[in-house]
Amino acid sequence: MPTVIVNNKPVEIGPSEKLNCIQAAERAGDTIPSYCWHHDLSVVASCRMCLVEVGEKKPDGTIAMQPKLSPGCQTPVKDGTVIVSNSEKVLAAQKATLEYLLLNHPLDCPVCDQAGECGLQDYSYKYGRGYSRLQEPKNIKPDKDYIGDQITLFTDRCIMCTRCVRFTREISGTAEMQVISRGSHEEIDIFPGEPCNNKLAGNVVDLCPVGALCSKDFLYQQRVWWLKSKNSVCPGCSTGCSITVDQNEDVLYRLKPRENPQAQGSFMCDEGRFGWKYAQSDRRLTSPEQRSGGKTISRDWDVVLSTLGTTLADLSDQKSGTFVVAISPWATVEEAYLLAKFAKEVNPNARLALGPVRTVGEDDLYPKDIHGQPSLPTKFTIRAEKCPNRRGVESILNHFQGEIIPFSSVLYDIESGSIETLFVLGGDPEGWISDADAAKLDKLKLLIVQDLLGSAASSKAHFVLPGAAWAEKDGTFVNHNGLAQAIHRGLRGPEGSRPDGRILFELSGRRGLFHAASLRKEIGSQIPELAALSVGDLGEFGVSLSSAAKTEPQPVG
Amino acid sequence: MPINPKDIEWVEEPSMNFWESTYLPAVFDGLRTTGQHVADFHPVTEFYPEQKPDLPSHYRGVHRLNRDDKGRVKCVACMMCATACPAHCIDIVAQDAPKDDPHWADRDKFPKSFVIDELKCIYCGMCEEACPVDSIELTNIFDLTGMSRQEMMFDKEKLLSVFDQTKDSAHNPVRTHKGKLGHASDFTNLHTLGPATTVRADDRSAKANSAGVIE
Ligand code: SF4
Ligand code: SF4
Ligand code: SF4
Ligand code: SF4
Ligand code: FES
Repeated sequence: MPTVIVNNKPVEIGPSEKLNCIQAAERAGDTIPSYCWHHDLSVVASCRMCLVEVGEKKPDGTIAMQPKLSPGCQTPVKDGTVIVSNSEKVLAAQKATLEYLLLNHPLDCPVCDQAGECGLQDYSYKYGRGYSRLQEPKNIKPDKDYIGDQITLFTDRCIMCTRCVRFTREISGTAEMQVISRGSHEEIDIFPGEPCNNKLAGNVVDLCPVGALCSKDFLYQQRVWWLKSKNSVCPGCSTGCSITVDQNEDVLYRLKPRENPQAQGSFMCDEGRFGWKYAQSDRRLTSPEQRSGGKTISRDWDVVLSTLGTTLADLSDQKSGTFVVAISPWATVEEAYLLAKFAKEVNPNARLALGPVRTVGEDDLYPKDIHGQPSLPTKFTIRAEKCPNRRGVESILNHFQGEIIPFSSVLYDIESGSIETLFVLGGDPEGWISDADAAKLDKLKLLIVQDLLGSAASSKAHFVLPGAAWAEKDGTFVNHNGLAQAIHRGLRGPEGSRPDGRILFELSGRRGLFHAASLRKEIGSQIPELAALSVGDLGEFGVSLSSAAKTEPQPVG
Repeated sequence: MPINPKDIEWVEEPSMNFWESTYLPAVFDGLRTTGQHVADFHPVTEFYPEQKPDLPSHYRGVHRLNRDDKGRVKCVACMMCATACPAHCIDIVAQDAPKDDPHWADRDKFPKSFVIDELKCIYCGMCEEACPVDSIELTNIFDLTGMSRQEMMFDKEKLLSVFDQTKDSAHNPVRTHKGKLGHASDFTNLHTLGPATTVRADDRSAKANSAGVIE
């Protein structure tokens, strides 16, 4: 095994691994500070923050160090490479680099949105000198409010790492951003008339190590140290990007991509990033309801749930096919399991169907070439299937039903009058039922709708159960590739709504509390297709349902 | 624990002589003190509220929000005070400054709303300590009354009016004597920061205007 020596510590690296000094040092538990380097972008070695001493250990045991400092991000390591990142010389270089980066920096941390998660603040504290020796006035460049619909640039805070520029060139391929002028007049700007509005644009804000590029959506909403984060998964499409949900006092403020090589890589798309507003809209269902003949009978959870329980128990002698449960691909694996199992217990003849699967256009592949056509290799895919868990729900349906019944055939059967009772577990925030289709539901004797937002169906339902948005519940989503990832309850939903898992747990008369990890174990032990869930805790990156994909991480995309 | 008899010291009452047992010397002694007070009159009672107490200028009373040299609220809505406040009684909603308005051109951010719950506040002064632009300050005003809890929620306008009332009083000096915002927003004239750490005397920063002072 090739061995690299980092600050006198030997570290082994894989025989075919291509690492640079920063990555090798990370293996050794040391940090080499860096700004411009990002593992998904090309290397430019322009910020000089990562300067280290590099040398080589010869086979005869002598060590030859290079006389000058080298940028660690640009120096690949091989067997015998020696890296020193804590010598006086390196510390002095780090100090000098930071002083240089801060020469014209306004240091307006109090009004800067990045403060608290800023690369300049953190490194100044760790490696900097604590004061500036500049006597001359600072070179302050005017802000650019319109980099894109969602992005604003505080030009004076930029440290010219060009991460944003490389992102638009290499990952989105749209190349709207560029460096204009030279020397100390360098500035980031957009190509005239080409605002940065591509569907991955929001990522440049995350990539920016300082407070130069800011998201207009989040600007001045909160100080970041007040936010509490939970790991989750974006439900926007079947790519299933790993994200964090940042909230304070039960108000969701932003989503950020979380790096997961098995899922999407390091980024997320803007549809997902900004598309969660429905979760805090006033269209949310906020109280359970039992209706009869168009009149509300009860709005009390205990009453509604127990009446619903006895009503469903009365269906046990109904003949085959008249009781249908439709589970939306927005439901988690646990919810689908609880509901499917409960329905089959109530009436073994109950039919389980898959709720409407919304697809929009075609898979959107990045990077794009100059004509807007995807070019290879693909680095990010926004999938056409706009739901997070079709595969997970299908596995449950396959187990309990043996086939996947599409929602269209359920609608057809309702129209023909062969269905009397329908239980819909929804969750899709975009109207999943048209008014015309909803009119067909009038034929039903009993309609139960468990959903997030009010819809044409929920207004007709005999029982309405207000569920929770994905950020408000625990569960599992299985993405297009069979990667099962855990979502976590990051905040509480509006008063009156309840996490769907809890509703179904109580409805099916189980004892105890809904606990996603224990349910995963139960599911894993009962359903061979989902055996991978039996670990219970899916960890940060999730587990793959197919063992093939487990051993080999999927390429980014 | 029982008391050790060795630790007990018995004290005998001193016996009184003839004059002392008449009590007259003690009575005259008392009358002498009374006479002294009558002759040399020093009142110690304060006639509050007719007479206000003379409080030191570092007394921590009601807050004020200072104005900058253009009369705008000086606060840049950084929320450092709300972060530092141990009573969690400051609530700020920030807004970006209207860029097209020349009056606000040099500012990025300001408080859309700024509310201090003066009933929750413990008048510790941490907010004043935390403020990077010397916007929030505690004044000398201590006699705070209100007819309802709502009245004691001091909003931006009220806090600014406290500034207008107190800025010229000798007891509530505008402590920095600067309308300037400093580093949080004032980009055109940034001074070298004096070193927060010790430096060699020949270091250029040791000769900076503000050396040794953290602005
Ligand atoms: S970019 Fe960082 S260092 Fe600069 S003002 Fe913002 S928080 Fe402060
Ligand atoms: S705007 Fe941010 S990401 Fe772009 S070059 Fe400047 S510091 Fe780097
Ligand atoms: S004086 Fe103390 S308690 Fe009162 S607002 Fe300031 S920090 Fe909070
Ligand atoms: S610390 Fe000062 S500038 Fe910051 S929000 Fe409070 S009063 Fe405003
Ligand atoms: S990270 Fe190596 S030079 Fe910027």
